[in-house]
Amino acid sequence: MKEIVIISGKGGTGKTSITASFAYLGGKNIVVADCDVDAADMHLLMQPDLEISEDFYSGLLAEIDQEKCIKCGKCAEVCRWDAIPVIDNKYVVQPLDCEGCGYCALVCPTDAISMNEQNVGKWFISNIKTKTKMVHAKLGVGADNSGKLVAKVKNEAKALAEKGGKNIVIVDGSPGVGCPVVSSLSGASYVVLVTEPSVSGIHDLKRVYELVKKFGIKAGCIINKADINNNKTNRIKQFLEDEKIDFIASIPYDENFTKAMTMGKTIVEFNDGKIKQILEKSWEKIKKI
Amino acid sequence: MKIAIASGKGGTGKTTVSTNLASLLAESENVVLTDLDVEEPNSGLFISGKKIREEDKFKMIPEWKKDECILCGNCQKVCNFNAVMKLGKMIMVFPELCHGCYACSELCPTKSLPMIPKKMGELKHFKSGNLDFIESKLIIGEEQAVPLIKQTLDYVDENFPKRTIKIFDAPPGTSCPVIEATKDADLILLVTEPTPFGLHDLILAIETMKELKKEMGVIINRFGIGDNNVEKYCEENNIPIIAKIPNMRKIAEIYSGGNLIYTKIPEVKIQLESIISFISEYQQENVL
Repeated sequence: MKEIVIISGKGGTGKTSITASFAYLGGKNIVVADCDVDAADMHLLMQPDLEISEDFYSGLLAEIDQEKCIKCGKCAEVCRWDAIPVIDNKYVVQPLDCEGCGYCALVCPTDAISMNEQNVGKWFISNIKTKTKMVHAKLGVGADNSGKLVAKVKNEAKALAEKGGKNIVIVDGSPGVGCPVVSSLSGASYVVLVTEPSVSGIHDLKRVYELVKKFGIKAGCIINKADINNNKTNRIKQFLEDEKIDFIASIPYDENFTKAMTMGKTIVEFNDGKIKQILEKSWEKIKKI
Repeated sequence: MKIAIASGKGGTGKTTVSTNLASLLAESENVVLTDLDVEEPNSGLFISGKKIREEDKFKMIPEWKKDECILCGNCQKVCNFNAVMKLGKMIMVFPELCHGCYACSELCPTKSLPMIPKKMGELKHFKSGNLDFIESKLIIGEEQAVPLIKQTLDYVDENFPKRTIKIFDAPPGTSCPVIEATKDADLILLVTEPTPFGLHDLILAIETMKELKKEMGVIINRFGIGDNNVEKYCEENNIPIIAKIPNMRKIAEIYSGGNLIYTKIPEVKIQLESIISFISEYQQENVL
């Protein structure tokens, strides 16, 4: 089974629109995973019909039993996150600041502190319009542990693919270079980098590729909005050549991406234009890898 | 006064708004612009200035000293992040999993796990006229953005007076790095685009900021593209729309070269001025 992960470093390069197009072109032979759990958008284009919805528990949160607390302050003293201030003469854990390390509970002389598993979001399996399944998730507000939720989504998608005899899992990754991206990349067979020819597009592409290299995963690149700045597009192509990254395609700036999105469609369903041809060819290349 | 520019969805124009707004404000007063998107900081690509300071930033991790170690395994037992493990006659530390809580180190009976600094990123401070610009960049391979964001905020607090206008370019999304970057802000400006993706992620961002009990305003970028559901949503939920930056290919072209936009496109300057008057009204009402 192949796991194709699409990432971008920088947001707003068209990653999700392009991933959804590939998901559409892959049809019923693939399983889709939306690992951008922080701002999951792909479901808006895939008409999900919810089949399974489950709470996701991960990480711990300290809780103080005020009846047992003798107000010695040891917990606040050892906490590196200043997460236990005194409010109205009581030691109170601030959930957004608590890192879940449990040091406070270890030093509490009266065992007044318990560490409880936190509900940090939900994950779903849906039937989507391409007659296959998509695994997606919603991270709770301000939740930690998005990396673990990403891993959960990916593992569920892989299990579904195995069960259904499908040979490709296509993954919409998250932006940045931190823990959710690391989680998105682990175990990938091929990475598609979506970028745009701007100073920030290039900067973020280089940084995220450094991370991809650490994983030793083969990568290809799609330059979206390529005609916005031809100079920068050429610089990206040079970078791809130097780093031996496959050049998959250049896509011109096209507001039809947005028009399709407002109708809940991927651009390949929206019209038969040039973009559709480019994406079809790109998908042919990617799925053969 | 602290203003955080946030967005939910990535690529909606946070950096464009932050850099253009800070530069326009700096034409008449002192401004501090700080890029807190430490995973992919971009503001610096649009700001030129003289570098006045550069600092390595460290996180503290335990280091095993085997001489006194009695291999009791307490360190492994107290670590909730599987960052310290006893493997045979060795204690292994996995720095990228360590959250720096000090439990293993301080609870070690033989003091065999002293905490040592490990570089996680760099902070740079630039100055150009009235504008101070600070950016921090996470080393590739470091997974946790929050500690670096925290240290960057501390740097700003220590180096600038309270009253100075401080603009923070926040990371995208709604998870822990965003909370860290916005929790001390007086005012949150959410940049969105009038599309289904933009609206969906804007709602997540608004829910997050409500949880933090923050005052907010919405800036619609690429106005004219997509549909009018963002406006409808803001109206129904009483969230002020304070600027509408027009959708123009020209803006994307100017941006792509690393240039500021308001100096070249008057419509953008008008929108920034409307953001500035929103900020000063807020400042007067709240005596900041």
